[in-house]
Amino acid sequence: MIQVVAAGLLLGVMAYALFAGADFGAGFWDLTAGRAGGRQRRLIDASLAPVWEANHTWLIYCLVVFWTAFPAAFAAVTSTLYIPLGLAALGIVLRGSGFAFREVIPDGDRPPLVEAGFATSSVVTPFFLGAAGGGIASGRVPARGYGDPMSSWLNGTSLLVGCLAVAVCAYLAGVFLTVDARRTDDRMSERWFRRRAYAAAWVAGAVSVAGLLVTRVDAPHLFHGLLGRALPLVALSVLAGLGTLVLLRRQAAPLRVIRLLAGGAVACLVLGWGVAQYPYLLGDHATVTTAAAPTASLAMLVAVFCAAVVLVVPSLLLLYVLQQRGRLEDA
Amino acid sequence: MAEATIAGVQTLVHLAAGGQDPAQLLPAREQMAFTLGFHIILVPFGVAFTFLMLVANYRGIRHHDTEALLLAERWSKAAAVLFAVGAVSGTVLTFEMGLLWPGLMGRYGAAYGLPFGVEGIFFFLEAIFVAIYLYGWRRLRPWAHFWSGVPVPLAGLGGTASVVAANAWMNLPGGMTVRGGRVVGVTPWRVFFNGAFWYEMVHMFLAAYAVAGFVVAGVYATGMLKGRRGRYHRVGFLIAFVTAAVVMPVQIFVGDVAARQVFHKEPAKFAAIEMLPRTSTHVPETIGGVLVDGHVRYGLEVPNADSLLAGFRPSTRIQGLDAVPAAVRPAPRLVNIVHWSFEVMVFTGFALLALAAWFAVAWWRRRDLPRSRWFLRATAVSGAVAVVSLETGWVVTEVGRQPWTVRGFLLTRDAVTLSGNVWLFFAGALLIYVAVGTGAVLVLRQMRRRWAASPEDPVPVPYGPLEDVPQRRSAVP
Repeated sequence: MIQVVAAGLLLGVMAYALFAGADFGAGFWDLTAGRAGGRQRRLIDASLAPVWEANHTWLIYCLVVFWTAFPAAFAAVTSTLYIPLGLAALGIVLRGSGFAFREVIPDGDRPPLVEAGFATSSVVTPFFLGAAGGGIASGRVPARGYGDPMSSWLNGTSLLVGCLAVAVCAYLAGVFLTVDARRTDDRMSERWFRRRAYAAAWVAGAVSVAGLLVTRVDAPHLFHGLLGRALPLVALSVLAGLGTLVLLRRQAAPLRVIRLLAGGAVACLVLGWGVAQYPYLLGDHATVTTAAAPTASLAMLVAVFCAAVVLVVPSLLLLYVLQQRGRLEDA
Repeated sequence: MAEATIAGVQTLVHLAAGGQDPAQLLPAREQMAFTLGFHIILVPFGVAFTFLMLVANYRGIRHHDTEALLLAERWSKAAAVLFAVGAVSGTVLTFEMGLLWPGLMGRYGAAYGLPFGVEGIFFFLEAIFVAIYLYGWRRLRPWAHFWSGVPVPLAGLGGTASVVAANAWMNLPGGMTVRGGRVVGVTPWRVFFNGAFWYEMVHMFLAAYAVAGFVVAGVYATGMLKGRRGRYHRVGFLIAFVTAAVVMPVQIFVGDVAARQVFHKEPAKFAAIEMLPRTSTHVPETIGGVLVDGHVRYGLEVPNADSLLAGFRPSTRIQGLDAVPAAVRPAPRLVNIVHWSFEVMVFTGFALLALAAWFAVAWWRRRDLPRSRWFLRATAVSGAVAVVSLETGWVVTEVGRQPWTVRGFLLTRDAVTLSGNVWLFFAGALLIYVAVGTGAVLVLRQMRRRWAASPEDPVPVPYGPLEDVPQRRSAVP
């Protein structure tokens, strides 16, 4: 049972990384588009608007599954990593409301404060979430909680994972927005985003390699897992990432395949982390079995998963189809 | 129950040892109260405002009522902005559960967390269908579009039930076996449908409808006072006001039932509500007053009323604060807060009922609104009054449970985090929330100005499409 729930949690983290990642990344490009980038910003707005909320609901899902399935470990994480998590929470408010407000105000009339809040929090939030993830992965959260509030997230692994999170977000958004631009025949934006998707991909690749070297010293359990049991996933991630870059150059490449590959690269990365860390929940201690809640709670979570698959997944698909096609049927 | 007693005894031992409150307790409680108080104002708009929107939509299609249809579209856009702010402030609450109350989540997450898991599904569905509905204007056939919005208030009902279930569980925890301070067994069904679930849930659900109805009616009443007396304003006013007016008498009835349930099931909270220092019969209802040194002062007493309300007989025995063990007895300051909040809630509730009755009489006699401008003035502020009622009601529930977080199991001082300077986190949250609240008001006003200036202005909103009518886009085949 606990394996099913742990897998459900990992899938939630993956979904959050994918959907919210693309979303945060769009905010990152918004930040760098500058005053002249009105055209790009418009594309960003159009791509984000309908799916923004659904993207972020995954975070709530992850938190809820975490605290119900592994209550003590959840408390250990929050009582240790309260600084990055608290900052991420505040970043989420700024980002979400900044997003809601800027949609209403036409580009050009937007107060600089709203713009700055939206763009900055788009970068800061994934960084802090990544740093917290790095703290967990490197085993810096003691099972009893109240670990070092500073070194638990100010360390090599955390900083690299934080930077990796930002780079991955930028990469995903760059690819998705290139595809969106191509779909609407906006050549200028297409070139603009493609160049950036490339840059982000190389940065993400470089940070990943650096990260591997750091984890070798800093988080040996994770390092061995990544190059051992999780190696197929890591290799798949690299291949999918490279494949995306090749296909982005080809005008004839089917857009759906490009999206799928870009998403696959990130999905494999997150899954690889989970597989490398298994069976430990907190990096290199506290196995998922010892940290588990009573069976009835887990069974209830599995029931929730099933309900989600039956209810949420079709609705979500409907929404994405509507957003991608611009309509569901002829009005 | 034996477990509760053991936890209580442990607490007594701890307190007898002269334990000090952790420094994080005060800021954590203040921050939780502030962020919850902010979030709760937005809840009615996701839960009930979307229902008003569907009523307008239904009317628009069924009776070919263009004004109603326009109202539905604009309401859906205002709801989108408020829903976005509500979603992020709700996300922060999720974080705060762990950041401020690791003692609660770590020990009782296996039981307390479950209702939130169910809530997650409803929240997901709500977010998805809000987006589909907003996107669907002119992209779906009218009835298909209407039906795409129906899941939104339904998911709102489910979400309300789930979150209130979690709260009710803190008041009357059930469905778990605790051994050695750890939850070793859980019965999910009994966690969700705990002893306080039904009365809290129905009371909150109706409150959401009352708040949304009066706030929206207040907007159109203000417009009417400024001379905008067209059909658009009239339809907008009527849909919102009638909904709230229908809810009010039911809400007063449910509130009365809930209070009696609290009397039976949460006697300590009831003693605080009634500001009753000593257990006795023939208890008078104290209106106003303060508790000083174990005595009620300056209150207006209605003889026997409290006993009559609680048990329909003057001889009904009501437990006082003296029945609560001294170590877990709420401080007089807290009792005063609970008592006054309850009175304000009841008073504002009856004021809103009176407003609804005023309308009902006028409508019954001549099928029209009351002619007096005072009716419109009163309605214009009724939204704020309803929010006060909602907030004070939550103060009664939450402060009335103190010093417990999970009654009988976990003291708030043991639930709170023990590390970090929570004041800084609170200050950051305060700053950002003030900015967000101001932003939301400004943005809604700007939307109204744009619609007033040019009724055709599509005004893009979050979740909705950027381009209003897709057919104009040449690139789409």
